[in-house]
Amino acid sequence: MDSLLQLNHCTIRFGGLTAVSDLCLEIGPGELVGLIGPNGAGKTTVFNLVTGVYQLTSGEVRFCNERLNGLKPYTITSRGIARTFQNIRLFSSLTVFDNVRAACNLHLKHGVRDALLRSKSFVVEEELIAKKTMELLQIFGLERFRETMCKSLSYGDQRRLEIVRALATNPKLLLLDEPAAGMNPVEKSSLMKLIDMIQERFQISVLLVEHDMRVVMGICRRICVLDYGLKIAEGPPEVIRQNPKVVEAYLGGDAQIRSSNA
Amino acid sequence: MTRARLYLLLSLILLLLLSVFGERLIANQFAYYYDILITSGINVILAVSLNLVNGYTGQFSLGHAGFMAVGAYASGCWSNNLDPMLLSLIGGSTNPIASNLVFVLSMGVAGLLAAITGLLVGIPSLRLRGDYLAIVTLGFGEIIRTAILNLDFLGASRGLSVSGGYTNLFWTFGIAALCSYTVLGLVHSTYGRGFLTVRDDEVAAEAMGINTTKYKVIAFVVAAFFAGIAGALYAHFKAFITPEGFNFFRSVDVVVMVILGGMGSTTGVCLAAILLTILPELLRSLSHTSIVPPAYHGLLENRLILYSLLLILFMLTRPQGLFGSRLAVRKRAGTPSQSDG
Repeated sequence: MDSLLQLNHCTIRFGGLTAVSDLCLEIGPGELVGLIGPNGAGKTTVFNLVTGVYQLTSGEVRFCNERLNGLKPYTITSRGIARTFQNIRLFSSLTVFDNVRAACNLHLKHGVRDALLRSKSFVVEEELIAKKTMELLQIFGLERFRETMCKSLSYGDQRRLEIVRALATNPKLLLLDEPAAGMNPVEKSSLMKLIDMIQERFQISVLLVEHDMRVVMGICRRICVLDYGLKIAEGPPEVIRQNPKVVEAYLGGDAQIRSSNA
Repeated sequence: MTRARLYLLLSLILLLLLSVFGERLIANQFAYYYDILITSGINVILAVSLNLVNGYTGQFSLGHAGFMAVGAYASGCWSNNLDPMLLSLIGGSTNPIASNLVFVLSMGVAGLLAAITGLLVGIPSLRLRGDYLAIVTLGFGEIIRTAILNLDFLGASRGLSVSGGYTNLFWTFGIAALCSYTVLGLVHSTYGRGFLTVRDDEVAAEAMGINTTKYKVIAFVVAAFFAGIAGALYAHFKAFITPEGFNFFRSVDVVVMVILGGMGSTTGVCLAAILLTILPELLRSLSHTSIVPPAYHGLLENRLILYSLLLILFMLTRPQGLFGSRLAVRKRAGTPSQSDG
């Protein structure tokens, strides 16, 4: 088993619009892959395909050699794929601590009765969850906000909390949807360090959707470029930067080349 | 023993004492107030259980009266047909312990049947969200009512006389305490966080591996169970039930209690349930007292209009309810590991 995630000829159509067309992509264990493309290229749709929010029109998604097609989002998460969202989606009525604790629920072993009667299995598991949550918060320097409502965190901290929450599900693959969106240059460079640290410390693969070229080119060893749902290039940053199709997709070119892509 | 369990036990003991020594007196001397007391207890059970679904889990159910009807008729039918036999088996109808045991069984049947109904309704309908769920649950409540109207062995539109009359202060408020304990116990647990994530953001909850339908069904079934028991208490208190007692407006009453109390605050919802049971009666009695000048008695005659006006005024000044989520949130933030287990 060399690849963790495998997209085989994935296509999804919304009515007449082909949002992702015949996409093939592989991510190996421990890899950090960037997924870039202009607005509306289908990057977030790829995320939604992998996490089961949308169903494929054709093709298949394999994870650890198992087919993910047709599975519910929560099942896919329990198999080991966690994600963050482009527009932050924290649980706004919960504290920072509870946001992360809630993400541990998928591995619960005790039932409703145990929770109600506060049986031993509940108490033990609740303690384990609290301990794990504290560890995670400490790693990301969020432990002093533990009792803060998550919506009163700063924007950058909310983004970080979303990553912590995703990590609490024990993923093998982390999908980051534009983590640098709306960040200033200082925050961006600390985010790059953070992603590096996550990979090293948790030994997981990361698929990163990002608009900011400096971030993507800076940390990804392999980049896949989408335009109008089609993969137009894949390779290391240096190659991607030189690729005429990529330059054209981002900066515009003559209409003839574009139509040959579509 | 945890503090919460200690409180539960203490309140049960107090209620038992009150019921044993004071019940007869209150019921005979202050029959009117006794009626209000029991009704408010039943309303507390209904509102607190519905709060688990509408408040904590963020689903909008309008079918609580339906579950109450299932419980009331199940308990009524069970008691009418089986109680004489059961009582003769365990010591006769004059034995208080025997009759209470029989009542527990009857309530259990009511709760279980309502919970099963909740499961059957919940599994398909809880995939829906917001307005759609509200309409489906509303439809369910009406189906139950119409079904009873057409079932002759349940008395159809003639209503059903329920023998027994076992409802007393101990059972009404004991169940209310147990219901609050259950709801709070669930909410301050791993499952409670699941409910709250479903309320806050279903998409994010699913992405964090939370099976949102499962959590909604759990909340729904627990709520239905207690609504069923409330139905049993109601049936044995009124001794006569009709399908009209469980119409759409009954459900709306409970929803109003939940909203007025503050979605997701058990304390607030308890208070609102009691307040909204007393308020119409208070308005009624005001028109017979000298506190209000006789000139205004005409106004008080239209007490239902006044009642609605008060509700509107209240919602305008306190949209978050008696104990709005703001307080609930602050409390949760203050004592985070309230899983006092």
